[in-house]
Order: sequence, then C-alpha cells, then structure tokens
Amino acid sequence: MTEEQQPRKSGLRLLIDAGRPRATRAQVIGALLCGLLGFALVTQVHSATGLGFTTARQSDLVDILDSLSSRSDQLRAQIAAEQTSLAKLTGGTDQTEAALEEAQQRAATLQILAGTAAATGPGIDLQITDPQHQVAADDLLEALEELRDAGAEAIQITGSAGAATGTTPTTGTTPAAGSVASAGATPTAAPGASGHVVRLVASSFFVDAPDRSGIVVDGVLLAPPYDIVAIGDPHTMSTAMGIPGGVLDTLTAKGARGTVITHDAVQVTALHQVPAPQYARPAPAASPAG
Amino acid sequence: MIAAIALAVGVVLGVILHPTVPVGLQPYLPIAVVAALDAVFGAIRAILDGIFDDKVFVVSFIANILVAALIVFLGDQLGVGSQLSTAVVVVLGIRIFSNAAAIRRHLFRA
Repeated sequence: MTEEQQPRKSGLRLLIDAGRPRATRAQVIGALLCGLLGFALVTQVHSATGLGFTTARQSDLVDILDSLSSRSDQLRAQIAAEQTSLAKLTGGTDQTEAALEEAQQRAATLQILAGTAAATGPGIDLQITDPQHQVAADDLLEALEELRDAGAEAIQITGSAGAATGTTPTTGTTPAAGSVASAGATPTAAPGASGHVVRLVASSFFVDAPDRSGIVVDGVLLAPPYDIVAIGDPHTMSTAMGIPGGVLDTLTAKGARGTVITHDAVQVTALHQVPAPQYARPAPAASPAG
Repeated sequence: MIAAIALAVGVVLGVILHPTVPVGLQPYLPIAVVAALDAVFGAIRAILDGIFDDKVFVVSFIANILVAALIVFLGDQLGVGSQLSTAVVVVLGIRIFSNAAAIRRHLFRA
C-alpha cells in the first residue's frame, strides 16, 4: 500500500496538472472506486492475518482432507498388513512347533526301531545258560525271530566276554536282515574286544564262533550265558518262547536251559551304531518314483 | 487528489469497522483487490500518458474485478481454483509491474 501511495504522492503535481480540468464526476467515481479499493485491501489484510484453515478455500480444505484421509487409509492398510504378517508369523511359529514336536516323536520312534536310542517298557528277560556251549547261532536267531513275531519292539542280547584272541576292531559290514552265516564263513575280523551287550536290529546277524566258544553277534563275540531282553507284550512273548517245540524246548534238547522272566519294566540300553549313508540321499517327497 | 484522499478514507474505514469477509467472497476478495490495484496503476499510467478517460477507468476497474473473480470461480468449479488464482495473481502482478515501470519512466524520466 505504501509502495502504491509513494509514486502517487511523488507524482501528484503532474497528476493534478493533468487532471484539474476534468469533470468532477470522474473525480468522484475515481475517488469512490479508490476508497472501495482501500477498504477491500484493509479487509483482506485483516482476514489474511487470521491464519489457519479458516481462510483456506473450500477446495484447499477438501484437498487437505482428501490427502489426510488417503494417508490414514494407507496407514490403516499398512496396519492391517502388518497385523496379518504378525498373525502369520505367530501361527507359523505354532505350526513349526507342532511339526517339530511331531518330527521329534517320529524320530524317537524311529530311533527305537533302528536301535540308536535306549528304550524302556514292559517286556521279558530270556536267560540262557549253556554250560556245554551247545547253543548255536541258529538257536539265537530262532529266538530272535520268535520274539519279533511276538511283537518285540526293542531287543538286546547280553553275553559274557568271549575269550577272544583277536583285537581287530570290527568294521560293520553287516549282511541282510536276519541272515545267518554258516560256521565256515566266520569273518576273521569278527571277534570283538569285550562288547557284552548288543542291540538287535533289522541288520543284526549271528555267526558261530570258530572255536565254539560263543556266538558272534554283529561282530561282537558273546559267550554263554546269554541274556536277551525284549520290550513288548510280556505275556505274548513268554508264551511264544514256551510253545512246544519252540525256543525253550530247543534249548532244553541241546542241553542248555532257557528261563523267561516277565517284567513290568525292562531297560534296553545298548545302542546300534548306524553309519551315515554314503550314496543314498532322502528323495523329495513330491516326486513319486520317476 | 480526491482519489488519494478517498483511498486513505477507505483504509481508515476498513481499520475502524473491521468487517468480516463473507464466506462466499473469501476466495475472490484477494484476487479482486489485486485486479483493482492493476486498474488503478493502469489509470495512473493513462493520466501520465494523457489518455485518461473516467469511463474507461470505471469500466476497466469493474471489468478487471469481475473477470478475475470469474476466473477464480471457474477454477473452483473445475477443481483448479488455487492454481488459477495463482495464475491470475501472476498475470496481474506482471501488469502492475509494467505499469509501474511506465509510471516511473514518466515521473523520473528513467
């Protein structure tokens, strides 16, 4: 305003000289309009000094409101997404824990079956005394198979330390399940050091010791008396041992003596060493053979 | 002379009365003020050029205000009100500056 008045006042003389002969109507109308201008100017200045949203135009307010609401929508969507991922993560943890628990149970079961974990439970204790060393590998294999037929789930055999001369460490080249090598095929590396307890698993094998001093089980020489501990249904297993012509009868016929004692809880503590497979790898579950 | 006095009187009246701008006029008043300023500067230049005509001044004054308000109103309807009012202010500002330059040349010969 001052800028506007300044040139006017400084040029007033020229202006007056130019405007003096003019009609008064023009002066009056010009004055009226100039007064209106000054009035509006001051009014606008006053209203503009009141800052904030009161002076903002409607479209600006709508724009601000729109941007605010869209921003809040974005934030809300973000919150929802984060909550979803949080729920996913939490649920995923639960599922992972459940799967882990299941896998651990399965692993425990498989370990018991594979003989790599100790087991306990009801079972029987089959004690075989063989003072004349007449019990052969076949007899023990028969006993083992009878026990398996009767539902034994974990079996171990204990023998006294054989009078082994060889101290060669055993390297377990184990034959197929349940196979029995004949006496002539005794592996020279078989006589173990002093392993008294052997876990009987699917790949266990019985071999007669060359000098009839005992029986080689999984490369470990066991001498009588033998003690087979099996976990399973005690009644079924003891019945299976005692059937006519069965294990106990066979032992008796050979001059040995078998005794079956049922227990509410027996311990199978011997472990079977499983070498890691050198060639076989777990196949993906999705591809069914081809 | 009378115009200058009237301007001062208007300013004083505005200060004393301190009126509130009606909501409907709020977007248009600043633009109208700038347009009127442009008309006034144009009138001063015309006086100095010796071609001033009171009818022309009144018509240009009112027409300037109306056109500026119309442009802003149109912009509001089209949703580009703030941009258009900025454009009007820029154009009128340029005109005011050029008028002021002409006045300055007349008054100071420079």
